[in-house]
Amino acid sequence: MTQGLSDLDTGPGPLSHRLDTVALAESTADVEQPYAELGLANDEYARIRDILGRRPTTAELAMYSVMWSEHCSYKSSKVHLRRFGDLPPSEHLLVGIGENAGVVDVGDGYAVTFKVESHNHPSYVEPYQGAATGVGGIVRDILTMGARPVAVMDSLRFGRADAPDTARVLPGVVAGVGGYGNCLGLPNVGGELLFDECYAGNPLVNALCVGVMRHEDVRLAKAEGVGNRVVLFGARTGGDGIGGVSVLASETFDQEGPAKRPSVQVGDPFTEKLLIEACLEIFAQDLVTGIQDLGGAGLSCATSELASAGTGGMHVDLDRVPLRDSTLTPAEILMSESQERMCAIVEPAKVDAFLAVCRKWDVLATVIGEVTAGDRLTVDWHGERIVDVPPRTVAHEGPVYERPMRRPAELDALQADDPAALPRPATPEELTAHWLAVVASPDGADKTWVTEQYDRYVRGNTVLAQPDDAGVVRIDEESHRGIALALDGNARFARLDPYAGAQLNLAEAYRNVAVTGARPLAVTNCLNFGSPEEPEVMWQFAEAVRGLADACRDLGLPVTGGNVSLYNQTGDVAINPTPVIGVLGVHDDVRDRVPTGWRAAGETVLLLGETRPEFGGSAWASVVHGHLGGRPPAVDLEAERALGQLLGALGREGLVTSAHDLADGGLAQALTESALRYGTGATLRLAADVFTALFSESGARAVVTTADPEAVRTTAEWAGVAVTELGTTGGDVLAVEGVGELPLAELRAAWTATLPALFGSPEVTVGSVPAGTVPTS
Amino acid sequence: MRIGVITFPGSLDDVDAARAVRLAGAEPVALWHADHDLRDVDAVVLPGGFSYGDYLRAGAIAARAPLMQDVVDRARQGMPVLGICNGFQVLCEAGLLPGALTRNSHLHFRNRDQRLRIERADTAWTSAYTSGQEIVVPVKNGEGRYVAAPDELERLEGEGRVAVRYVGGNPNGSLRDVAGVTSEDGRVVGLMPHPEHAVEDLTGPSTDGLGFFTSVLKAVVAA
Repeated sequence: MTQGLSDLDTGPGPLSHRLDTVALAESTADVEQPYAELGLANDEYARIRDILGRRPTTAELAMYSVMWSEHCSYKSSKVHLRRFGDLPPSEHLLVGIGENAGVVDVGDGYAVTFKVESHNHPSYVEPYQGAATGVGGIVRDILTMGARPVAVMDSLRFGRADAPDTARVLPGVVAGVGGYGNCLGLPNVGGELLFDECYAGNPLVNALCVGVMRHEDVRLAKAEGVGNRVVLFGARTGGDGIGGVSVLASETFDQEGPAKRPSVQVGDPFTEKLLIEACLEIFAQDLVTGIQDLGGAGLSCATSELASAGTGGMHVDLDRVPLRDSTLTPAEILMSESQERMCAIVEPAKVDAFLAVCRKWDVLATVIGEVTAGDRLTVDWHGERIVDVPPRTVAHEGPVYERPMRRPAELDALQADDPAALPRPATPEELTAHWLAVVASPDGADKTWVTEQYDRYVRGNTVLAQPDDAGVVRIDEESHRGIALALDGNARFARLDPYAGAQLNLAEAYRNVAVTGARPLAVTNCLNFGSPEEPEVMWQFAEAVRGLADACRDLGLPVTGGNVSLYNQTGDVAINPTPVIGVLGVHDDVRDRVPTGWRAAGETVLLLGETRPEFGGSAWASVVHGHLGGRPPAVDLEAERALGQLLGALGREGLVTSAHDLADGGLAQALTESALRYGTGATLRLAADVFTALFSESGARAVVTTADPEAVRTTAEWAGVAVTELGTTGGDVLAVEGVGELPLAELRAAWTATLPALFGSPEVTVGSVPAGTVPTS
Repeated sequence: MRIGVITFPGSLDDVDAARAVRLAGAEPVALWHADHDLRDVDAVVLPGGFSYGDYLRAGAIAARAPLMQDVVDRARQGMPVLGICNGFQVLCEAGLLPGALTRNSHLHFRNRDQRLRIERADTAWTSAYTSGQEIVVPVKNGEGRYVAAPDELERLEGEGRVAVRYVGGNPNGSLRDVAGVTSEDGRVVGLMPHPEHAVEDLTGPSTDGLGFFTSVLKAVVAA
């Protein structure tokens, strides 16, 4: 891929051993250029020639090719994503879609910025570095807004848990997420881990970061003020990640073709930690007028976006960029996705102070250019002009496609395949067996194998983390103000109905935030789909966006930004549509947070919300019958809102001791997790139809415990939420009428054994290893 | 009472250590690795993290920071020093504590709430506990496996230099379940677990860790 570029700069042919300058491009209009290998379509290349009035130089071609890639330009998704921008304005939204991340007012002068980003393709090619740099990238996005990053989350999906390739990819991804986040000092407070055959060859690695700042500290990515300096700081530029966005993230994997490993970036979290501290000190001293991180498309992206969002003019002397590899060509430098780099716009009078802060933190910083009058982005290489473009055409006015869409022909048959026809457990023994199968399935099982590899304590503000339903982080030690975050994305529902599926995912994340007692405030998303060139995939995408936008309008929540990952498919097999939705909530006082686990005996267990016989896309149908069909559960956003308000009120008034959202695996899963959290059982009587009570996945439900059931009933009546008494906590069994007694020890054994059995048990014997023994595990 | 918390490049739990110092009733004082200035502190905490990205060996580069010369000099004169996790690694690399910390035997980073037994309740950092007392604080490390030569281990056990031991499961393969050790004079203590993460009910598994920070107040007053 990069071969084509190198050929042009240094290889044989009419341009051999000559730098491809603007002057040369003007005089050699007919040179053949490797635009197709760089991922540009014929008409896109023609448009570049049209914009420039000549052929692009090699460096310009590199810039356009990465910036017009699907990953950077959103060319297939843009027309649909406008629905999010069209939502009614929210009083809480300080900065909306378009910047590196949206910013939300959470009260007392605090602002929070949060975003999810995918690093799917790199994580398949090189699991550890792919996942690690995914965390690094999203953290820089948050930092760029002026915020101190305070926590991360990760939403992971792999092929079948017992597939050999999953054993290759998963441990590396988990170690990469942990290795980078732990070393940055950011607590990992939650996420998802799910398995499905559709992700074989296309694992999904979505990372979220959240940051906190004061309102007045918000920074934007634009270059203003003629004469202001362009400063590149952080790591040196190397040959890693060249073409990451165009080669990896914007194409479908196929069986043939060269290894794409060199397109994956290599992360250095230590440098990023220094970059974070240096940036925060730079912000505190008010030393920048604009700032942008270098992620996908590297310098091409940072310079063109800064210039485009500003007054338009910028000049860069590319030979000033510090390199790790002195043989890199100018085009490669422009495309490199080397990590841990930032670009700032600094007034000349503040440059010395800026460089001093960087020196203190051992961060390399170099003035590489300045903001110029006019509206051209120009780049020189040892005094020769190699780029002269209108930056808006690179960054913001790329191609936009209205791709053809078609409802998948198979959908009618899929929806008609109703799980009502599946054999149901009839005896207590069968009910017990299905219960254990669901909670011991890789999706339902205890995730400690993963979360033990993540630091959840660092910074000392983690109030709730996995396995609780949402991460809760204190942001002020005096006022106890805090935030709650959840990430959810049920792809089975989205496969059966992408419109409803996206809404159900939003509802689940909303519920997960609400059960902690938080007030949901804002939404972000990471939309993982197959190839947009397939009309069926495009239809799924459009439906999911429409569903999410409609649901946000109904719940009064703004979408603060998001990320789209397309081409998640191998050959013509696409992943299930996977819209992962993040919801941010606020706690006025985190001391009121409600955990998921039962602690005390003698408390009343109540089910909030109504249960209908809904099994389409359920964990039960999938685990027990390997079945995916029918309709997903009905969406009832009014009921979700009522439940959310009720949970908030119960939390504030201290009326409940625990609350757990009902989702995948229904009540069976929720009871298991609540009981095992602190080892407290319960004696329960469910509805007459025990099977439906246990395994239905109807939305708008939660199970709570309370010492004052009457007060909960009264509050629920006010909120319009149905309440069903299930029983009383206590003992070391879950005793359920019609099912029998499930000893917690047996339940725990089933629930905890799955992941260690699949991915290795990192246990150490008590009494320790003899001296001199070589570690073997 | 002024207790310094050193920030090296890559220190992560410095804010946590400072909070623990404050909650214990002392004044946390930020110390910078590159300064030769201990700012009149009465004791020093080396916090957890990944100083210098764990490059070379965990703690090896930080142990050679300018400020560490001052810390070593003052420690030899009896100033209390506590090294937590990466701070423990730094103290071993600086020669203030015996032994070394190597890659966990299972090769994973591990974060869990860990039971510990206080073996020595007469050091500058553990006097708030009773000997044999069990506490629960988080452990989180990738290179936390304590090792020493067999005869040195025997000597340390004989001298009662094992200050804290893992119980109910060894999280990293440390020899003799050693979680923390002390200097001969009991003024310098290093441990892999994180007492500073167990100082508030809201955010920790317990408040058992606070004792390390209240202990030193008495030690300084008595000195």
